[in-house]
Amino acid sequence: MTPESVKTPVLELRNLVVEFVTRHGTLRALDGISLSIAPGEVLGVVGESGAGKSLTGAAVIGLLEPPGRIASGEVLLAGQRIDQLPMEELRHIRGKRIGTIFQDPLTSLDPLYRVGEQLIETIRTHLPVTEQEARERAIALLAEVGIPAPEKRIDGYPHEFSGGMRQRVVIALALAAEPELIIADEPTTALDVSVQAQIIAVLKKLCRERGTAVMLITHDMGVIAETADRVAVMYAGRVIEIGPVRDVVKSPKHPYAKGLMGSIPALDERPERLLQIEGSMPRLTAIPEGCAFHPRCPHVIPKCHESRPVLEHVGAGQVACFLHEVRS
Amino acid sequence: MTMKPMVSVTNARKVFDVSQPWLERVLSGQDKQMLVAVDDVSFTIKKGETFALVGESGSGKSTVARMVTGLLPASGGKFSIDEVALDPKHGYPLSLRRRLQMIFQDPYASLDPRWRVGQIIAEPMKAFGLARNEDEERARVSRLLTLVGLDPADAIKFPHQFSGGQRQRIAIARALASDADVIVCDEPTSALDVSVQAQILNLMKDLQRDLSLTLLFISHNLAVVRYMADVIGVMYLGRLVEVARVETLFAQPRHPYTRMLLDAVPDLAMTGRSRQPVQGEVPNPISPPSGCTFHPRCPLANARCQKEIPLMIDGVACHAVQEGRKA
Repeated sequence: MTPESVKTPVLELRNLVVEFVTRHGTLRALDGISLSIAPGEVLGVVGESGAGKSLTGAAVIGLLEPPGRIASGEVLLAGQRIDQLPMEELRHIRGKRIGTIFQDPLTSLDPLYRVGEQLIETIRTHLPVTEQEARERAIALLAEVGIPAPEKRIDGYPHEFSGGMRQRVVIALALAAEPELIIADEPTTALDVSVQAQIIAVLKKLCRERGTAVMLITHDMGVIAETADRVAVMYAGRVIEIGPVRDVVKSPKHPYAKGLMGSIPALDERPERLLQIEGSMPRLTAIPEGCAFHPRCPHVIPKCHESRPVLEHVGAGQVACFLHEVRS
Repeated sequence: MTMKPMVSVTNARKVFDVSQPWLERVLSGQDKQMLVAVDDVSFTIKKGETFALVGESGSGKSTVARMVTGLLPASGGKFSIDEVALDPKHGYPLSLRRRLQMIFQDPYASLDPRWRVGQIIAEPMKAFGLARNEDEERARVSRLLTLVGLDPADAIKFPHQFSGGQRQRIAIARALASDADVIVCDEPTSALDVSVQAQILNLMKDLQRDLSLTLLFISHNLAVVRYMADVIGVMYLGRLVEVARVETLFAQPRHPYTRMLLDAVPDLAMTGRSRQPVQGEVPNPISPPSGCTFHPRCPLANARCQKEIPLMIDGVACHAVQEGRKA
């Protein structure tokens, strides 16, 4: 939907490299990630386990677990570099300018504090309001995320809420300080399908109303297809295809993206066989030379073994594959 | 068709005692608390077909699977495989146990990390005395590994040397090692990535066709079930609410819960199909709603639904459908 707008992107990653220094040498977990999210845009980041999608989110908010570190590249929030900020300043940006939603709502909520106390604390840390104003704001937020009787529920503890209701509270927490960007890492994976749909609808509606940009990290292509404006597909620590959601889901161009889409069973038809990519994602210790996908690729050419393809414009999106370079 | 069913489950019921310990209960004056996890579940599976149980967490689908295999004693109901009944005290007779195997969700938990793959796969052969000597055993292990797409040389490795998908292949090889023809699969691909899931689902379909296996397939993923199943049973809070052949269920879902579930699945085809976010969540099974347990979330519910538990008639357990009630 949103083309590369002239406005400054809310988030921009430039050639981001994340490395882990271990006994077995330096492992490169993210290898040159470049992407941007425009104001109000939902960018889906998809990939299978080990592709580096959660790591990308963690790198943006400065929550890489040691020995992981940003080795090179830049993270820009509204045009300003944040990857070199001291911990204190970054801590203030998290929560105020970047909200986060994780898979398990119980890890984001403190079981010993009432839901209201956590919301009010977050609001008062980041916004200059009185206790009473913060409480009113918290009730309004709970109402917005669809919690019935918020003026009563605000005094409940997290364990008194069901899984879906807890994730709604987490969304309210993430939105409490009116952030510019939300990083949602598998926000619906722990929930049942019927509840998943509700949570996605709430998240989408609130971000749209506020113009909040969202980085939606998930392995669930269905959620992406419904929610995202653009999608980045990751493989072995690299972005291999990025483009408008319709293009990537309906007519993916990179052989891996094609295989990935084809291997998902569909609801409206029953194929004789599911499309199958042989093998599995390489381990960090053994990422192949050249194009990381070449050992599994059905269209591999000699060049793929030697040099690494970079993202090139193909149609409305970008693809990192020599096949498309040859054709265009 | 007068073919005898391969698997038959009649009025299965499972009640768990979830009470506090006796002393605490007596001190605080509480009654015993019972959780009815499965109630009045009946279905049959024809030879060579796949019956899938779908439902959300807590619907009782895994409990049914464990009762069918005899891993979990049932509180009531009859189970039989190829007309051999499960004895509540002694389980299935030995001759039948060989034919019934199970594949679990987590291939990291279901394989003993200290056993070599060859030993893991040979274990069922040893248990049932299927190989006369070690050479024959080795030859069979090699054949099984090849059958599931692994290398016979993998027999000397340990489970940790394999990826999740490969481990699930090992689990399948083990299930086939005793020449089983009924396999109960409890969420066999839920822990796997989609591209690996596709490999395993394709493998299971191939094996089913080649070895005419009968599968009881448990899953929460409707799209996976659509690919695998011949007949689908939809469960909600311990009861079957609809049973239909796969084409019928997806073309004309009848029970309001089935329709809701289908509606809730994100639309990957991007057909722009309108989606109504489902209302509410699955209630606590310790104190389920009266009558039809789905009535608080059902758009078609009326006074009768609050009082009377609907019976399974003609593949659907719903007063509204049976009365022809419309929203």
